Amino acid sequence: MSVLVYIPSNNVLPKAALETVTYGKKIGQDVVVITNGTADDAMLSTLGVYGASRVLIDRSYEGNDPQQLTRLIANAAKTCNSSTIIFSHDVIGKAVAPRLSVRLKAGLVAGAVALPNTDGTVKVNVFSGKSFGNVQVNSAVRIISLLPNSIQPEQTGSSCSVETFDGQVGSTSIVVKSTKKPEGEIPLPEAELVVSAGRGLKGPENWAMVEDLAKVLGAATACSRPVADIGWRPHHEHVGQTGVAIRPNLYIAIGISGAIQHLAGVNGSKTMVVINTDPEAPFFKAADYGIVGDAFEVVPKLTEALKKFRESSH
Amino acid sequence: MLHNISVIFVSRKLKDMKILVCISKSPDTTSKIAFTNNNTAFDENGIQYIVNPYDEWYALVRALELKEAGGGQVTIITVGGSADEAVIRKALAIGADEAVRIDADPVDAYFTATQIAEYAKNEGFDLILTGKETINYNGSQVAGMIAESLDLPLISLATKLDVSDSGLVLERETTGGVEVIEVSTPAVISCAKGMAEQRIPNMRGIMAARTKPLQVVSPVSVETLTAFVSYEMPDAKSACKMIDPSNMDQLVELLHNEAKVI
Repeated sequence: MSVLVYIPSNNVLPKAALETVTYGKKIGQDVVVITNGTADDAMLSTLGVYGASRVLIDRSYEGNDPQQLTRLIANAAKTCNSSTIIFSHDVIGKAVAPRLSVRLKAGLVAGAVALPNTDGTVKVNVFSGKSFGNVQVNSAVRIISLLPNSIQPEQTGSSCSVETFDGQVGSTSIVVKSTKKPEGEIPLPEAELVVSAGRGLKGPENWAMVEDLAKVLGAATACSRPVADIGWRPHHEHVGQTGVAIRPNLYIAIGISGAIQHLAGVNGSKTMVVINTDPEAPFFKAADYGIVGDAFEVVPKLTEALKKFRESSH
Repeated sequence: MLHNISVIFVSRKLKDMKILVCISKSPDTTSKIAFTNNNTAFDENGIQYIVNPYDEWYALVRALELKEAGGGQVTIITVGGSADEAVIRKALAIGADEAVRIDADPVDAYFTATQIAEYAKNEGFDLILTGKETINYNGSQVAGMIAESLDLPLISLATKLDVSDSGLVLERETTGGVEVIEVSTPAVISCAKGMAEQRIPNMRGIMAARTKPLQVVSPVSVETLTAFVSYEMPDAKSACKMIDPSNMDQLVELLHNEAKVI
């Protein structure tokens, strides 16, 4: 019996890949990683440091069609006699894990936030982060998709072998015409630090100070729903119940009142800082640190203080 | 010649699509969440149910836009008891043509998806749409499970869906980016923000919804793969520490030494 971990085909190892391998190692002794594409052996072998026993890669397939990836992972699960299969609960995990669940008749725990409980159930986020549920799997094989930033990667071993695997992915009916990838931006669900702003900023022209603060921190930028809806910021930055749900280590909310729908998408954050002119803003009830003040004065001061801190700690 | 005929056939088909939209009920987004029976069940006391916003705003509204542009038919389907007919009527009021209710408790995603796939397999739908996830369980499972059950392609978290002469043109989110893809029908698509805008039903739609066909279908026998055995609320937050707006050095110090996040 092994634990199988799928990581996306990539030329860098995303943090989510290290998290899922670490998670696998805490569940079982024999952790096999399955991937595809062009990643080089040297990079993949470092997954051993996080607990992988070996890495299987199908180099003949570079795509990410969920139907083909399902065949690849199902074949690997059969070859490795896997009893648990782990994904990151990201765009690929959300598409592939449910397909694999049907193909293998294996129960899927979607959006796990912690290691399995002693009774074998697994804790997941439900009601958009307002509460948790414990899921029991009734089938012999289980699939777990892990919410990003739920556990920290741990280095426990040394490099491992990388073997070629024929995943027999079959044909696809999806044609990818183009891919637009913003350069150098941190994907929001993966970001450990997030700076977010809302209508309190009064206009899109005032976002420079938010971006300055994010830059000093090395944070991703986000926004509230109204700001995305009126076009001040792109939709992919909208965090909240109907936008992206995030659970960073630090969430700084500037000029966001903290409506229940917004909180639903961010209340998994470990530490929340709220900056708002209105001392009655509901966000202060959820915050760890609050500043009642004008964002146009507070934010540049915070950026300066952080700059000073960064310089002194180097 | 043969080639031309097939092109005409395909484009006509895409102009007159049969679309199935899967809807789920969810508690109103402002609901206070609580549990009952020793934290083993969701407390429905005082809960107002709505159509899951992703199903309604993105999947259903886009299906209606496609129908308005090229003809066709929009069927909504849900797995649930007779109490769910209120949310079904709301989706009909927004403009769906007809509804199907599979008369069973949607116990897990696999059960729900299998019921929908069983209904859909002989109905010849060109498109099966879902929202990207429900706001209650956030699993994002049903679309993928339907696609696998019916051996159809899945485009998940699609933010745009258009019809061309030869098939569908979509955009979908990838990690930190957007992919433009083409796929032929039939296909399963989970719909995310960007797909369409929310529509408020008008009085005519609400009146018409009362008499639109609502078919009740018996469930097939399916094993469940998972079960929610208990729920818990997050730990209560300690009180917010207020910081003087002129003392940002103190905030930085607290973030570093107390919260240990920078």
